[in-house]
Amino acid sequence: MSSDAIVTAVLVAAALAVTLGVALGWAASRIEPDADSLVERIDALLPQTQCGQCRYPGCRPYAAAIASGAAEIDRCPPGGAATVRALAALLDRSQRPLDPAFGVPKPPQVAWIDEDKCIGCARCLPACPVDAIVGAPRQMHTVITAQCTGCELCLPPCPVDCIELRPVPAVSLRYRQPRAA
Amino acid sequence: MRFDTSPAPHVIAGYTVPHVMFQVLFALLPAGIAHVALFGPGLLLQLSVACVTALLAEAAALRWRGRDAAPALKDGSVLVTAFLLAFSIPPLLPWWLGALGTALAVLLGKHVFGGLGQNPFNPAMVGYAILLVSFPAEMTRWPVPLDVDGTHTWSELARMSIASFYGADLTVRWDGYTGATALDSIRNGLGLRYTLPELLGRGDIAGTFGPRGFAWINLAALAGGLYLMTRRIVRWHIPLAVLGGLLVPSFIAHGLDSGIALGPTMQAFSGATMLTAFFVATDPVSAATSDRGRLWYGAGIGLIAWIIRTWGGYPDGFAFAVLLMNLAVPFIDRYTVPRIYGRQP
Amino acid sequence: MAVRSTFPAGLALDAHKQQACGAPIIELSQPPRVTLALDQGSGYDAEPVVTVGDTVAVGTLVARANHLYASALHAPLAGTVVAIGMHEAAVEGGRGVCIVIESDGSGRVDDRVRPVQSAYSLSPEELIQCLRDAGIAGLGGAGFPTATKLVSARAGGTQTLLLNGAECEPWICSDDALMRCAADDVVLGAFLLHRASGAGRCVIAIEDDKPEAIAAVKGAIGRRRADAQRDDDLTLAVVPAMYPQGAERQLITTITGIEIPSGNLPAEAGVICQNVATAAAVARWATLGEPILTRVVTVTGGGVVQPCNVRAPIGTPLSALIAAAGGYRSVPLRLIAGGSMTGRALPSDEVGLTKAMNCVLVATQDDIGSRLGAVESPCIRCGDCSSVCPAGLLPQQLHRAALADAHDALRHLGLRDCIDCGLCDYVCPSQIPLTDRFRDARRRLNAAEATAQKAADARERHELRTRRLQEAATAEQQAFESVRNRARQPGDDSAGGTN
Repeated sequence: MSSDAIVTAVLVAAALAVTLGVALGWAASRIEPDADSLVERIDALLPQTQCGQCRYPGCRPYAAAIASGAAEIDRCPPGGAATVRALAALLDRSQRPLDPAFGVPKPPQVAWIDEDKCIGCARCLPACPVDAIVGAPRQMHTVITAQCTGCELCLPPCPVDCIELRPVPAVSLRYRQPRAA
Repeated sequence: MRFDTSPAPHVIAGYTVPHVMFQVLFALLPAGIAHVALFGPGLLLQLSVACVTALLAEAAALRWRGRDAAPALKDGSVLVTAFLLAFSIPPLLPWWLGALGTALAVLLGKHVFGGLGQNPFNPAMVGYAILLVSFPAEMTRWPVPLDVDGTHTWSELARMSIASFYGADLTVRWDGYTGATALDSIRNGLGLRYTLPELLGRGDIAGTFGPRGFAWINLAALAGGLYLMTRRIVRWHIPLAVLGGLLVPSFIAHGLDSGIALGPTMQAFSGATMLTAFFVATDPVSAATSDRGRLWYGAGIGLIAWIIRTWGGYPDGFAFAVLLMNLAVPFIDRYTVPRIYGRQP
Repeated sequence: MAVRSTFPAGLALDAHKQQACGAPIIELSQPPRVTLALDQGSGYDAEPVVTVGDTVAVGTLVARANHLYASALHAPLAGTVVAIGMHEAAVEGGRGVCIVIESDGSGRVDDRVRPVQSAYSLSPEELIQCLRDAGIAGLGGAGFPTATKLVSARAGGTQTLLLNGAECEPWICSDDALMRCAADDVVLGAFLLHRASGAGRCVIAIEDDKPEAIAAVKGAIGRRRADAQRDDDLTLAVVPAMYPQGAERQLITTITGIEIPSGNLPAEAGVICQNVATAAAVARWATLGEPILTRVVTVTGGGVVQPCNVRAPIGTPLSALIAAAGGYRSVPLRLIAGGSMTGRALPSDEVGLTKAMNCVLVATQDDIGSRLGAVESPCIRCGDCSSVCPAGLLPQQLHRAALADAHDALRHLGLRDCIDCGLCDYVCPSQIPLTDRFRDARRRLNAAEATAQKAADARERHELRTRRLQEAATAEQQAFESVRNRARQPGDDSAGGTN
């Protein structure tokens, strides 16, 4: 090959590389996902228990903290390793184990108020992050099981310790086999 | 009385993968007989090398991957790869080239992707393509078929095959016994500005219905392929589409200028056409999924092969056509999902 | 009229029906005890209205339907209720609450069981209520309460009432035997269901491999036209014998050409489908006043001495049915409630007969050995499965998605449209248990969607609560500020008292 040809080839290749690199960089800056939608996507992966074990007041503030880089992805015990894995996949980071400083995963559970002991003080009502406790001062309180996320925030305010956590009853996933009679 | 339980359905038809694979090998028998009759026993030497290498490579790969080797070896799938590769390569290849090609086919074409059922490319074509590109001289040296050349005997071809198998340099003693394939000669001749009628009229390239030698092999492969279709091992979509993709453009081109374009009959019975249409392209693992997708897949193979044969640098383009369409399969699958009952398309 | 099949694919399977269908139906005498499962196949329990120790007569109501999808249960024997509790039953999970009645041998019939005074003069609504009270449910295998189906048919407007006499699944021939022996009952029941549903036309569909049944039903239709001098627009359609011709959606497409949209019920498309045995049960109610007390069931397989069809009380232990068929022969490997393609393998022959059980298949090595000895190997994407799928699915792609637990792909590929016919398993050369994988994948998909729904609800409630607290805080702040501002206003209020 003549030296002319080699020089030409190198110049063409270099020009292509520079042009395409600039174009890609410009595209990356214009098509960057905006921060809000990232928070939405992270929030969609969190279990919505609203328990605060991650030291943030709810799942959405934690999602915002992850998006801004203020918090790590390994702080959600109700989500467990599956949530960490999903977050790692979304944010293109490596998988890490749950940080035990923020709690340990527990099996699905719901709160239950022992009606014999409940004094109707209504202190547990504002504590529930999803308003799953029904009641009024001096009336009986009860937990709506279907809406309870098992976050345990109602336990500390109760002055008579009448709330306990019970495992969620096994869901019967009714599956009726279609019949080809 | 107590019973064990197991989930429905409680019966199966009993088809097995080995059954499918061994039917394919059985259907290759006519092509094999034609091959040996026309080109000497070199095919048998290549088959033995290919089969032994294939089984060893498969066993080694499975051991490396920590899997149980015995069931995979018994299902016969790697033997089909070995057979198809042995049919594609010239029967004069030295043993170590046949072994290399087979090992590459099994390792790089199949196990790197996860073994049976996971390979996106046809393993035999992967091996063939690597050999063709790396060893162009050896891979294009075929014996002159016995129905062209009246001066040589089958036993002379046999001696040449054995010598070549063990690595002898064929130019020393056997020069006159080897030559370009018919498609190769036609391509060279067209490059030298001869016309097709001149080339075909010479008598050493074409016979009554196709090229000398290869026409019979293609015919035998067609017979084997039709047998597989009657046994429902192979369905009609891919073979018909491959032949359609090859023959429709060649029919049009031949109509436009029969001086330089091969007609459909020559195209259909030359090179690896029938072998590819019925045996290679129909490899279910690397082909498209749905029937409609398979029609597009087959048509693409035929068309690309016609393009390579007409304008490309290689005399026969089926190996590359298959590999290129293998690349396109995910795309084809995405757009040819059949309509689900009860849903709008 | 002969009809050409119009649903995709399907496969003709070996029928194995000749063995059982030759002989007349055996009437099983009253067994010493019956075990009535509260869930008779629909998936929902009825509620017991008797307690242990109560005396019942033939036809006494023992459980009522307190749910749209449950059907009423009546005692098929006279005797005493000896137990109400968990027993092994032919239900999902293998165990369910059952009412066990021991016979006192009297055969005493409950006073309320009386022939109905002219069922023809009842209005459709009254007819439906009577059918509900009689516990009529789908005897074709689904056990779905007929009254519920008829109510939704009337509500939506129905063009076609389809009577399913196809019976496409191998080994089952109870409907065939019923049609041969009781074709008049089938036609009478068809007429009554026709009136109750308000449908335009009524078609009885029978597969073409049942010539005797076709002749019998044709004769019955002719007799009815002659006797009653009415043309009920009741026609007979002969459909090609193919599996799964008798599957509801596929049969509807064959007869009417309509495809039921994915996720919809046939009633929403103006068609309802009832089994011929259900129609015969309706006729039995109309002529004898009987609620569902018995059903015809095929007892067959290489594991019984003499395959046959038996009419037996609901709740009869399967061991009694097998005894009626001559007892066990050779080593039976499976006891299957249903046919060989969709039947459920049962752990014990003490399980009671249910309304939905149309066949008891005692299978031996010869019958099902190919499946038991199957060794699974990787999918080679041969496409045989998709070429037979009657729902137009791609089982090989579904299988990959199921292994990867890829929920979006499973939804997109139509996992929920799978009718569980088992044909993909049947033809797979790699012998992959596809149908079971799909059932498992469907459960996991349902569980994942339920969890996602729960999380979405929790998120919404939390956001509402947050907003409520913010609004409360803002309102409080505003109230405080307005008070403070009023206190600071000079001279417009004597209470201020500042100088």
